[in-house]
Amino acid sequence: MDMNEIKEIFFQECEEQLAELESGLLKLNDGDRDPETVNAVFRAVHSIKGGAGAFGLDDLVSFAHVFETTLDCVRSNRLEPNQDVLKVMLKSADVLADLTNAARDGGSVDQARSRQLIKELEALASGELPQATAAEPTFKAAPTPVAAPPVNEEGFQPVAFSFEDFEADEPAVIEAPCYEIVFRPKSELYAKGNDATLLLRDLSRLGEMSIHCDMDGMPPLDRMNPEAAYFSWKISLKTDKGEEAIRSVFEFAEWDCDLDIALAGGCAVDASEELPMQPVPFDLSMLDEAPAGSAEEEEQFASRDRDAAVSAAGTASNVLQMAQSSTRAPAEAQRNTTAAASAAAQQAASAATPTIRVDLDRVDRLINLVGELVINQAMLSQSVIENDTNGTSSINMGLEELQQLTREIQDSVMAIRAQPVKPVFQRMSRIVREIADMTGKSVRLVTEGENTEVDKTVIDKLAEPLTHMIRNAVDHGLETPEKRLAAGKNAEGTVRLTAKHRSGRIVIELADDGAGINREKVRQKAIDNDLIAADANLSDEEVDNLIFHAGFSTADKISDISGRGVGMDVVKRSIQALGGRINISSKPGQGSIFTMSLPLTLAVLDGMVVTVANQTLVVPLTAIVETLQPEAAAIHSFGASQRLISIRNSFCPLVDVGRILNFRATQANPVEGVALLVESEGGGQRALMVDAIQGQRQVVIKSLEANYTHVPGIAAATILGDGRVALILDVDAIVAASRGQTLKPEMSLAAAG
Amino acid sequence: MKKRVLTVDDSRTIRNMLLVTLNNAGFETIQAEDGVEGLEVLEEANPDVIVTDINMPRLDGFGFIEGVRKNDRYRAVPILVLTTESDAEKKNRARQAGATGWIVKPFDPTKLIDAIERVTA
Repeated sequence: MDMNEIKEIFFQECEEQLAELESGLLKLNDGDRDPETVNAVFRAVHSIKGGAGAFGLDDLVSFAHVFETTLDCVRSNRLEPNQDVLKVMLKSADVLADLTNAARDGGSVDQARSRQLIKELEALASGELPQATAAEPTFKAAPTPVAAPPVNEEGFQPVAFSFEDFEADEPAVIEAPCYEIVFRPKSELYAKGNDATLLLRDLSRLGEMSIHCDMDGMPPLDRMNPEAAYFSWKISLKTDKGEEAIRSVFEFAEWDCDLDIALAGGCAVDASEELPMQPVPFDLSMLDEAPAGSAEEEEQFASRDRDAAVSAAGTASNVLQMAQSSTRAPAEAQRNTTAAASAAAQQAASAATPTIRVDLDRVDRLINLVGELVINQAMLSQSVIENDTNGTSSINMGLEELQQLTREIQDSVMAIRAQPVKPVFQRMSRIVREIADMTGKSVRLVTEGENTEVDKTVIDKLAEPLTHMIRNAVDHGLETPEKRLAAGKNAEGTVRLTAKHRSGRIVIELADDGAGINREKVRQKAIDNDLIAADANLSDEEVDNLIFHAGFSTADKISDISGRGVGMDVVKRSIQALGGRINISSKPGQGSIFTMSLPLTLAVLDGMVVTVANQTLVVPLTAIVETLQPEAAAIHSFGASQRLISIRNSFCPLVDVGRILNFRATQANPVEGVALLVESEGGGQRALMVDAIQGQRQVVIKSLEANYTHVPGIAAATILGDGRVALILDVDAIVAASRGQTLKPEMSLAAAG
Repeated sequence: MKKRVLTVDDSRTIRNMLLVTLNNAGFETIQAEDGVEGLEVLEEANPDVIVTDINMPRLDGFGFIEGVRKNDRYRAVPILVLTTESDAEKKNRARQAGATGWIVKPFDPTKLIDAIERVTA
């Protein structure tokens, strides 16, 4: 491991500490006054400062130092962490994150902003109340004393001096001055692990030395306390390093001994003084020998080492299991969490469980291999079934067990990649703060279920759409404080971000308590933009869903924050690219709720295996609402080649998958096939016509782009149990094509892992 | 025989730096992440010298030092406090808890090894 690797570790750690810092500050903001929360926050900044110092990241150190000082005031109850104080601190946490990023990736930070915050933090530390308008640097504008990194006390060099060089011209003949040192240790010196012998050894390195040990204080053996200090030493030392150097030898011991250092007139080393100085031969080499333990003791050590080795082996085998349970335990605990006390307990629990860090590539490789294993296992099963006529052989039983094991391995491997959504949620709180500042709104972000786990790929791709949505919620959803007060609401708006598991998927909800969707305005806008006919009869839900249409923005003035037309349609697209769905429900005056439902992993998919024109296709199960057998009476022709199917008194366009994918030249007879009712982009339903349903199974997603090239209308491929390749349908692309648009290569791919 | 050093620090960065520095200097290094773990591994680590941080979760450096000093077998082991706290008050508290000496962070390798050699034979 070299310094670069350690630096990499440092930045990783910074990220964790920054997350810790932010969540701690948010807890404080919610009124948590647990000292451990304050400590954790302090420690986070302290750690960053410590590491940054080691790498000479001065900007980071100086900012962290000021921040830390202010946090120390909170820690020692000299500063009440009220909302105003926390506002400054949360902003400081943001700047600290920026500085960390700048230190890692290069680039610069907003100097003015960090200088301003340094001032504010210093003002807080010195007991000034935070200014309501932070923009005005009204306090004593000291010329920004960017606090220097902690000065190392051992850093300064002792200045060598000599009293005798006034008569000498040649430096060579300068006589080093002589010091008389009386060193009388107290028993505390030994109790703290210092050792007089070692101090004398270090002293002897400064120059020529003679030692006299005064053993007069030594009581008779029967009255001797073996741990008391009875000896004292008188030392004559000839050194040109100065008194400071002598004192620094005793730096660790000076409280626990009596130490007199005097410059001797003559040199006592060779001069005979009034004291009967007897140089005691002092064998320092004996120090090099380790204190020899008894044989019995050695034996004890050896057996302990063996035990340790055995238990270490046991531990290693449990690591995976533990890592898994440790990530789950907090999620469990979260549900029952009501008070800060249990949160603290949970933190302690998670801190105690060991985890290992593994390169992501290795996990991905494992996942890939397990995917192959699943396929291989399915193929094996199939060929055994095909060749086994009586069907009762022990091979079949073994195969069943194998299948179960494979499934378990697969689940366990997926669990390795699963991570809590917490980091993404935490990023959102910063975004809320920034937008709230820009729009002058007062917003509170409440997050729930941050420990809900989902595949890392999903987490990574979640941040962007979520950011858009949060911006929208604050910018468009919430009203200004004045309007809120006028409507009888709390001036502070609330945005609630929730994650939970629902039937094998993760559901993320974003709710605001704003004005809700102004349906009249949306409708008008949609009519103006030719999205709907002026006399279209739309349900409330349909109107709400219009905001997901491309190029739709209802904000009167386009702000920097959300919307130049790239808004909810982009969000919807990216959620769908993740194999997810998004919905909105809104109540005028009470706010809107966006609900996203996403798959837990992008590596496998539950699909319906269907036959279309003798081809085997897989339709993602999440897209399918229901399946039905069309009756001739329910099919209605419409226009030249369009057909509709009536389902429970409503009409739904019928899409012939085989025709769209050019598997056949003419449309198939709907009555001979099966219709899959699917929900697609825009919330509309379509009935996809296929020839037959083969079954439903979990398939391992194989990217087509990686192995072949992109095929319009096809999201990915998979390998079935019989070894054949089956294509996974891109439902949205098929539906779009049925609207008369051609299948475009750049169509977004649902679930292309 | 290699000297055994037990380091106690909650920061992964610092732990790694200590590890590299100490290993390069020919020490055998045993590491713990906080005071509680430090006390747990104390017997097994059987250190000749201990280097500990002050600010740590669960059990801070002061508590850890007190714990070591209460252990009959290890109460005389030299303990160096490794911390960014350079003010006298913190040093004093560490000393009262039983620390042998201290190293101010950011440490440089030479200083760390120097300090360790000062308190060990």
